Amino acid sequence: MEEDIRIYVEEAPGQRREIIAPTDMGLSLMEVLKASGYDIMATCGGMALCATCHVEVLAGPALFEPNDDELDMLETLPVIHPGSRLSCQIRLTPQTDGLVVRLAPTGA
Amino acid sequence: MPNVISTDICIVGAGPVGLFAVFEAGLLKLRCHVVDALPQPGGQLSEIYPKKPIYDIPGFPEILAGDLVTNLIKQIEPFHPTFTLGERVERFAKLDDGSFQLYTTDGTEIQCKAVAIAGGLGSFEPRKPAVENLEQFEGGKGVHYMVRDPEHFRDQKIVIAGGGDSALDWTNFLANVAADVTLVHRGTTFRGAADSAEKVKTLAEAGKIKLVLSSNVTHLHGNGKLAQVTITGNDGTAETVPLDHFIPLFGLTPKLGPIGEWGLELTDDAIVVDTLDYSTSLPGVFAIGDINTYPGKLKLILCGFHEAALMCQGAFKYIYPDKKYTLKYTTVNGVPTL
Ligand SMILES: Cc1cc2nc3c(=O)[nH]c(=O)nc-3n(C[C@H](O)[C@H](O)[C@H](O)COP(=O)(O)OP(=O)(O)OC[C@H]3O[C@@H](n4cnc5c(N)ncnc54)[C@H](O)[C@@H]3O)c2cc1C
Ligand code: FES
Repeated sequence: MEEDIRIYVEEAPGQRREIIAPTDMGLSLMEVLKASGYDIMATCGGMALCATCHVEVLAGPALFEPNDDELDMLETLPVIHPGSRLSCQIRLTPQTDGLVVRLAPTGA
Repeated sequence: MPNVISTDICIVGAGPVGLFAVFEAGLLKLRCHVVDALPQPGGQLSEIYPKKPIYDIPGFPEILAGDLVTNLIKQIEPFHPTFTLGERVERFAKLDDGSFQLYTTDGTEIQCKAVAIAGGLGSFEPRKPAVENLEQFEGGKGVHYMVRDPEHFRDQKIVIAGGGDSALDWTNFLANVAADVTLVHRGTTFRGAADSAEKVKTLAEAGKIKLVLSSNVTHLHGNGKLAQVTITGNDGTAETVPLDHFIPLFGLTPKLGPIGEWGLELTDDAIVVDTLDYSTSLPGVFAIGDINTYPGKLKLILCGFHEAALMCQGAFKYIYPDKKYTLKYTTVNGVPTL
């Protein structure tokens, strides 16, 4: 499909897995990562309430700024990175094509 | 002396499903003791979304998660359940007579005739900051991930780390209890509830607490007991301060934990049950709510309530194999008490 985009997950330094994701279903990055077999709990189902979907955006297109709920949740985490985001809050659109992310360790 | 409790059913997990199981057990005149690793009952509802409305509880077009928990506690009051909160069940043993003994992290022992595991997604465990030798000072040696009894910190020197609501709330509360409170936050601002953030600022300006922003606790020092911590600023400057207790508060996240090691049949971190009565692979042990799995399983409160009702029938049969049970509506005689 035309609207499909590519997302890259850095599984180890220099090792990126490509994931093709549709953009016509309103999916979040969390949902696509989960569906691709990554061990993401997403306890709260995408409500920015659990931070178990924490990822670090390494490269790619500029994303919209996180909203207050997302910032509040990120604030509670012990370790965050300059690119830290909650993947459930990132909606996949044609503008997010080429995004490169790394998953935060589980429980962090 | 270890604390020993004796009951009919020991319920592991005080989430909505574990709480409602007390009601269903009470209708069968079975007494319950409920254990939860969290200091408060309610499971995910209390810990993750107390202020969110739930729309799919029968009879309640809309109810706040926190209110549902309050109602459940009220509903089970006539049965006088007993609770051990803030302690995790670590292991259990089945005795020759078919009864069980459960043991918690803090040495509480529960003797019971049947076990109902309502452990949800597992026990809520603290998120730990990346400090190398943190574990060395856990278990009463100076590092605490929860404040169970504020009195424990009376007249002590404490350092709290974190930027969320619980770090702010406990800083405010302990400012009046501890001798000396320092709050370390890696950010520059607090996004938590505006009034608690404001209160922390006021206390800091009045010199009642010390506020260290743009910094992290990076090292712990002490010989067997925590004595000092090093606080390192984002700019690299480091300072080592003496203290009695370090309380990192970075929220909690559920982990399956010890339940995974009890020898029960599991699939994908969930306990396999028979939907006849939600019994597990070990007779006398049942599993209800988010912790179990079976074909068609839905992780919903509604489904957990139904499972609790059927589970109690199974537990009754296990405890009293020779007794017959006849269903009585609560409308006939009201709620019996225990
Ligand atoms: C943000 C969010 C929104 C939700 N919205 C809905 C909704 O609208 N409708 C709905 O039906 N469901 C909803 N759910 C799901 C619902 O919350 C769960 O299905 C429900 O909490 C399961 O209840 P439970 O009692 O099985 O487990 P939990 O609520 O997870 O409670 C389990 C408890 O067991 C304790 N525990 C685990 N292991 C141990 C141990 N070894 N020792 C001691 N204690 C232990 C844990 O600390 C925990 O407190 C939502 C969940 C979330 C996170
Ligand atoms: S899934 Fe819970 S915060 Fe993203």
